[in-house]
Amino acid sequence: MIEAPDLSLSALSPFLFVFGAALVGVLVESFAPRHVRQPTQVALALVGTVGGFACTLLLAGRGEVTAAGALAVDGAGLFLQATIAGLGALSVLLFAERALDPARSAFVASAAVPAGSPRDRELLTDERVQTEVYPLATFAVGGMMLFVAANDLLVMFIALEVLSLPLYLICGLSRRRRLLSQEAAVKYFLLGAFASAFFLYGLALVYGATGTVQLAGIRQSVTDDGTGTLLVLGLGLLVVGLMFKASVAPFHTWTPDVYQGAPTPVTAFMAACTKVAAFGAILRLLYVAFGTADWTWRPLVYGIAIVSMVVGAVLGLTQTDVKRMLAYSSIAHAGFLLTGVIGLDAGTGSGLAATLFYLLAYGLTTVGAFAVVTLVRDGDGEATALAQWAGLARRSPLTAAIMTFLLLALAGIPLTSGFTGKFAVFRAAIEVGAWPLAVVALVTSAVAGFFYLRLVVLMYFSEPAEDGPSVGVPGLPTTIVLAVTVAATLVLGVVPGSVLDLADGAARLVG
Amino acid sequence: MLATYAPLVGLFVLAAGFALFSVTAAPFIGPRRYNSAKLEAYECGIEPVDQPLSGGRFPIKYYLTAMLFIVFDIEIVFLYPWAVANDQLGVFGLVEMVVFIATVFIAYAYVWRRGGLEWD
Repeated sequence: MIEAPDLSLSALSPFLFVFGAALVGVLVESFAPRHVRQPTQVALALVGTVGGFACTLLLAGRGEVTAAGALAVDGAGLFLQATIAGLGALSVLLFAERALDPARSAFVASAAVPAGSPRDRELLTDERVQTEVYPLATFAVGGMMLFVAANDLLVMFIALEVLSLPLYLICGLSRRRRLLSQEAAVKYFLLGAFASAFFLYGLALVYGATGTVQLAGIRQSVTDDGTGTLLVLGLGLLVVGLMFKASVAPFHTWTPDVYQGAPTPVTAFMAACTKVAAFGAILRLLYVAFGTADWTWRPLVYGIAIVSMVVGAVLGLTQTDVKRMLAYSSIAHAGFLLTGVIGLDAGTGSGLAATLFYLLAYGLTTVGAFAVVTLVRDGDGEATALAQWAGLARRSPLTAAIMTFLLLALAGIPLTSGFTGKFAVFRAAIEVGAWPLAVVALVTSAVAGFFYLRLVVLMYFSEPAEDGPSVGVPGLPTTIVLAVTVAATLVLGVVPGSVLDLADGAARLVG
Repeated sequence: MLATYAPLVGLFVLAAGFALFSVTAAPFIGPRRYNSAKLEAYECGIEPVDQPLSGGRFPIKYYLTAMLFIVFDIEIVFLYPWAVANDQLGVFGLVEMVVFIATVFIAYAYVWRRGGLEWD
């Protein structure tokens, strides 16, 4: 008789909620008539993500390993899961926006119709909208939540695929500029499959070296037998796979193209949630499995943190498209987050809490910034060229003010969440003696600040073009997203104490 | 510890050498006699429908069939070991399997309702 593994259903409740909602979404897609699908799917996706969020709150304070050691339920995992579910719910609201575009939705009505065909032009302004994106996004949220809780490299790999496959699909579903969107999806898919192969090869090497795929088992083996070439090689490959998802330079080449081509709500979803999920997995792998042998990863992470900050900040300067600019900003922020990862130190370092807070703050600000990008439109959809944003403050002072505030937060100006987050991760890096890294981070922050401020200057001090874009009046979903993200960015900047304490209390990994 | 992999490397070298030898030696020593059977699928498999390499077109519908095959293929991958070890897995295994089959059926229902099973 094989012993059944211990399975704590309450610890699994966030996943059950999210995946359950996604499965019901697939059934709705199969059996419900077309006209009721959109509201039903939006409601289901929101119930799934908000329900998952609520479940993680109810589980707060738990610290255990369940499902035969495959899942860790701990403070850091729950904090990240709540962040992912919350940001996922905000993204679903952006997906559901129908008031902005005369074409009624950001998503193509029928993805199988060839781009540019007569049928495609007919469907462009059709009432019919794509509703499969909601179950797909919910599956991706579930995969991300599993990714940060995986206490086993195999489960981590499955979660990586569960979160990636729906993302590849929804990247290609833009209603306008369909070829660009499909190109983005193919690029993301090919490079993502490549990165998955790296992860899998690393997994095999680590298993070969230690004889286990469980993070706690690897830690035990590292402590008992030391680290061999095989193990370090395996760790390196695992890190490559994870850094790809986190869009850390030099594994970032897909990021600008995919962020630009994907429908903007999807870009917001990817930029915020995928980053949180990938960093959750990076933290767990490096800290739980390799925490006792940190010399194996510290120089590696140190190096790619610098590369990522420099590449993101410097290449961001040359961009002429607002979505590409935000993509390079996301690469630079991945570097800043890695300074927090460097600040991880058993017992004394505050790196874990700092990284958790930074992920929350960055995710909220990024979703808000992309929500503003969906508002600025001309006849062909979103006006993403920077030149088109000239003089936006004259046309819509409120939109320009919101964008300015969010950009200042991304730049890390005091009184915004970006400043609190950056202060926390840099301090964590200095605490463990990595002050050269903190210096590089400060310099690159200043460089990155230049391209954020350039857009601010463009909006306020340039003459608007005659045929410039107009600012759409957002419907309720986008309004909610903007209100929540702006308020959160302000609150986390002005009175961050309680959330910092929360992150501090949550900064615990079991395994 | 890497020394334990030495026989594996030896095997790789041997395999590569054999393949290289067979492929290079065959044109020189083998007789060349045309036979239409030689152009057909080896030993098993259905007749190839069209040759995309010679410019023929390939119906996109095959893609859907291949995707559907994966759904049921993976299902069988899990069902077989469970069926073999069912007596040892007990009720827990049965419940897990029912949950798994139910989720696969949801995917199946989606395919069926969306016309994925119709050829035309």
